[in-house]
Amino acid sequence: MDWNWSVVGDFMPKLGEGLLTALQATVLGFLVALVLGLVFTLLRRSRFVWIRAPFAFIIEFIRSTPLLVQLFFLFYVLPEIGITLSPLTAGVIGLGLHYATYVSEVYRAGIDAVPPGQWEAATALNLPKGRTWTSVILPQAIPRSIPALTNYLIALFKDVPQLVAITVAEPFFQARELSAQTFRTFEAITMAGLAYLVTAFVLSYFGRLVERRYGKVY
Amino acid sequence: MTAATDFIAFDKVCKSFGDNRVLDDLSFSVANGERVTLIGPSGSGKTTILRILMTLLRPDDGTVTVGEDYLFHEKQSDALAPASDAHIRRVRSKITMVFQQFNLFPNMKVLRNITEAPMLVHGKSKDEAVARARELLELVGLTGKEDAYPSQLSGGQQQRVAIARALAVSPDVLLLDEVTSALDPEIAAEVLDLLRDIAKTSDVTMLCVTHAMKFAKDVSHRVLMFNEGKIVEDGSPEQIFNDPQHDRTKTFLRSVIDET
Repeated sequence: MDWNWSVVGDFMPKLGEGLLTALQATVLGFLVALVLGLVFTLLRRSRFVWIRAPFAFIIEFIRSTPLLVQLFFLFYVLPEIGITLSPLTAGVIGLGLHYATYVSEVYRAGIDAVPPGQWEAATALNLPKGRTWTSVILPQAIPRSIPALTNYLIALFKDVPQLVAITVAEPFFQARELSAQTFRTFEAITMAGLAYLVTAFVLSYFGRLVERRYGKVY
Repeated sequence: MTAATDFIAFDKVCKSFGDNRVLDDLSFSVANGERVTLIGPSGSGKTTILRILMTLLRPDDGTVTVGEDYLFHEKQSDALAPASDAHIRRVRSKITMVFQQFNLFPNMKVLRNITEAPMLVHGKSKDEAVARARELLELVGLTGKEDAYPSQLSGGQQQRVAIARALAVSPDVLLLDEVTSALDPEIAAEVLDLLRDIAKTSDVTMLCVTHAMKFAKDVSHRVLMFNEGKIVEDGSPEQIFNDPQHDRTKTFLRSVIDET
């Protein structure tokens, strides 16, 4: 098996494009997960059982089905009921929804770790419920959650290759195109793998920076 | 119901935790501006009373009134119905509490710990709230600590901030729940001195659970001795400390004095 550098050189522009698409899917998907995860967490703590119960079921349902199946559903099944999504949009929604259920667990643990005395002090000062969440509880719960959240950011990024199944042009999609045209499968797959490896390193470094900067309550 | 001068009234209040009956058909009242100390062995229900008044706990049975209002009920025609959140919030706004473990908000600087409630709950402008917070920090001897985080302060300092934070909402009723139990004796004495000054210069109604008997003697108008969820003795500090009538009070005071 020989290694052809000129193929690698020719592949770089497409690989770069693919990586940008993967990053786009990661960042947007993770933002969806962060926001939706918080919504899930709060709804699951609702004092009304008719809110709590259906959401507990929805979360369990999403978490217990494979991401790939969810992606197929979003991309190939939804059009049959008249909802057509672009590959990237379906990917972002799929990743976001799937990871929101994990992120929701992380927030829950962070919220449970806030001492009961904080809720009691908020009651003693008669702070409104919403304000207790936004200025007392979440600012303490979220920094505690950051290490686990950055782990899920990287896990989500590493799930991006599954978007190949719904034709998102991420690095492995590009690699398959290349090998189909040039039969240089070794170079193509290796380079796509390296692109993921290097980016995952960068993301985890970035994650540690965020942890250091925002990871403490004070 | 209760006499006209009563400001806080417990009427046949019961509270159990599991099989443990902490308050047993308890009735008592406190007049406006009165400073009352609750003493008794641990588990006798003192802290439960403060926590019910602060709405951190709900009684299983009975009623609590604050001023003209029921705390956990609303009058609907002639019957009593469970109170709405809005009703509880309105009545509760007269009351605040200082905790044994301070419970400052660690994510906020000292100044914002104090200004948060006045601005959000009591509609004070930022300038007003900040000016008042600075006055209170001066009162508690912490001028210059506005921009510190609670974790940068000692326990005694944190409790002083907590006291300033409680006073900032101009409460009618101040609940003190073993506020010096987590502090070293020397620091505790300083915090008690501060509270003594505050008690003497304000007309706030105070309910205080403490093991500091000298403090109880100095500041309270009245001492209630609790045992097993009931009041066994109710009198002036002079009477309770110098001439206790009930056997349980005598043994309790003896044990407390032996301790110190």
